[in-house]
Amino acid sequence: MSLPATTAPPPPAAPPPDPSTPRRSRAHSLTRLDLKFSPYLYIAPFFVIFGVFGFYPMLRTAWMSLHDWNLVGDHTFIGFDNYTALVTDEYFWNATVNTFGIFLLSTVPQLLLALFLANLLNRTFLRARTVFRMAIFMPNVVSVAAVAIVFGMLFQRDFGVFNWLLGMVGVDPVDWDAQRWSSWTAVASMVNWRWTGYNTLILLAGMQAIPRDLYEAASIDGANQWKQFWRITLPMLTPTFVFVVILSTIGGLQLFTEPLVFANGNITGGDQREFQTLAMYMYELGIENLNTAGYGAAVAWAMFIMIALFSLLNFLLVRRSVK
Amino acid sequence: MSVTTRRTRLAAAALAAITAIGGLAACGNDDEPAAGEKPAKLVVDTFGEFGYDEIVKQYEKDTGIKVELRKTAQLNEYRPKIVRALATGKGASDVIALEEGILNEFKANPANWADLAPLVADHSKDYLPWKYELGKAPDGRLIGLPTDVGSLAVCYRRDLFEAAKLPTERDQVAALWPDWNGFIETGKKYRAATGKGMLDSVTTASSAVMFQKGGDLFYDKEDNVVAETSSSVKAAWDTGVAMADANISAKTATWSPEWSAGFKQGTFAATFCPSWMLGIVQENSGPENKGKWDVAAVPGGAGNWGGSWLAVPEQSKYQKEAAKLAEYLTNAQNQVAAFKLKGPLPTNLEALKNPDFLAYTNEYFNNAPTGKIFGDSVAKIQPLHLGPKHQGIKENAFEPALRSYESGQAAKDKAWEQFAKDAKTQGAF
Repeated sequence: MSLPATTAPPPPAAPPPDPSTPRRSRAHSLTRLDLKFSPYLYIAPFFVIFGVFGFYPMLRTAWMSLHDWNLVGDHTFIGFDNYTALVTDEYFWNATVNTFGIFLLSTVPQLLLALFLANLLNRTFLRARTVFRMAIFMPNVVSVAAVAIVFGMLFQRDFGVFNWLLGMVGVDPVDWDAQRWSSWTAVASMVNWRWTGYNTLILLAGMQAIPRDLYEAASIDGANQWKQFWRITLPMLTPTFVFVVILSTIGGLQLFTEPLVFANGNITGGDQREFQTLAMYMYELGIENLNTAGYGAAVAWAMFIMIALFSLLNFLLVRRSVK
Repeated sequence: MSVTTRRTRLAAAALAAITAIGGLAACGNDDEPAAGEKPAKLVVDTFGEFGYDEIVKQYEKDTGIKVELRKTAQLNEYRPKIVRALATGKGASDVIALEEGILNEFKANPANWADLAPLVADHSKDYLPWKYELGKAPDGRLIGLPTDVGSLAVCYRRDLFEAAKLPTERDQVAALWPDWNGFIETGKKYRAATGKGMLDSVTTASSAVMFQKGGDLFYDKEDNVVAETSSSVKAAWDTGVAMADANISAKTATWSPEWSAGFKQGTFAATFCPSWMLGIVQENSGPENKGKWDVAAVPGGAGNWGGSWLAVPEQSKYQKEAAKLAEYLTNAQNQVAAFKLKGPLPTNLEALKNPDFLAYTNEYFNNAPTGKIFGDSVAKIQPLHLGPKHQGIKENAFEPALRSYESGQAAKDKAWEQFAKDAKTQGAF
């Protein structure tokens, strides 16, 4: 239900070139060239850098994934064998389940909380709004490794703060990294801590762009705060919300640092691989094991495809549900 | 594409450009040296503490060749650097220290390394024979010269042993556990007296058993994975299971935050200590616990855990000079000097007989005669064969499975199955 775009007035027709003054026409053609090509020049740096550091490695990884590749040895072409092996690899599916589990545990509460906070910060009667807006972004500034180390300490089994708090209310200490539910909770809490504020700010920016007069009109018609939020804010926020969901999806499915630090740098993520994510499994095969680099590259591409599909699905779902 | 991200991208691009230029500049002196030309500088890559700082100064005086020591604190940060240099064919130093766990996997591709045998004198009789042999690749090339070994001992807390009504003097403590049953019985007494686990984790004890037994561990001589049938592995597993059943450990996985904190907090009273582990115990326990730790003999005889070799990569432009430097760094006199500085235990037979070495006592560990304790057991170490991915199988298959059993996540058979399955995948090379 977007507003109809206002059509721009047609641009004034360019005056016909005057044949009697060749100098002016040359300058003119230069200007035309400038107009035509300089935008490409301005955006070139990004594409050049993306090509070198993004696109080429992707193709190279695809090429690697078709080989039995030893990182410090030789390699032989094996076609799609790595991919067929993936389908029956139980640890790959284990990592997939972990990744999606942690993703859901971190993204759903996070976005709901972000929406709630953004709505609070959007209130006109709130004092010291700037201070709050800055404060909410602070966790995102701290390096991810530092956050993971601190949370790792909080979730320690023997001398951790959380177990100490649980002990206060008479609950037995939890061995956080020994079960799925507890390790997922711990890792998801790190993600939530870091990204809630970030998403809040993006949603807030989206809310700021909604015209005030809509709310005024609604107030006059007697719609309460809740109705206004539901009927105006949410529908108008859809594009922003889709953007936030897709960003969270990409970040969430590439989760690596938090679970790795939580596992004390052990790439298998728990004794039973309770919280080994896809990115960790990719690293284990591609970098740690040396001789299975091709298989690791196949995991990387499988991840890429999953993220693309999942983002698309998200996009469709969010668009429909908000409509 | 918002302005800020573009700006960071530009910054990143600028950074990348600068690094690239720096890299090019570094490659500027890439011309092939003329035969017999003396290098201006040799680069040595080490991890942890090898104690070479003083030793290379003397070398520089004698030869006029500068030596640059590149140190990396931890092995897990160090390994990727070596992998990167080998994978890209660029950036390797002239002499690279290889720890036993990573030496094996690099031996699987011997073409990356220079054969040292023709470049240095014959040292086949100068070192612990098994240690010297391990420096050879499957194709017979001599890839590494021995630096140090770990050997084995038990570090224990005198004050906690006293509180548990156990003896505290080294010899009496060693007498508690002539064998592993004795060790388990002691652990039970400790648990009964204090309600706590005596040992840090069953995996450290299992490692000790495995290395004592020696022979073929996860691989046979042809480097086939034999994890399921190896008698040494079975013995280590069974000892670990017996310890888990007897409930004598504090269940703190090695290197975990619980483990590191446990040294200060007294969560456990004993851990297995190769020579290089003493520094880690000291660091984790802090100066306030000085004199509380002590070192006793290990149950069940001598064994080795850890240690390194010096290798010269094929990429090095000065293989001959680099080999000579590795030879110099690992000679008897310099191994003793390194031990006194930082504690890596000598492997050179002459160094092991050196009176200075044998008389050395460690102040932090209640003046334990570490030179004598470790020196005595070094001579008795059983030769063992570690296959290419030994470290991977140990850390990503054996230990997790054993911990799963100890923590009750998996039944005994299930845990063993998990280990057998993972050993196959981790051990492939």
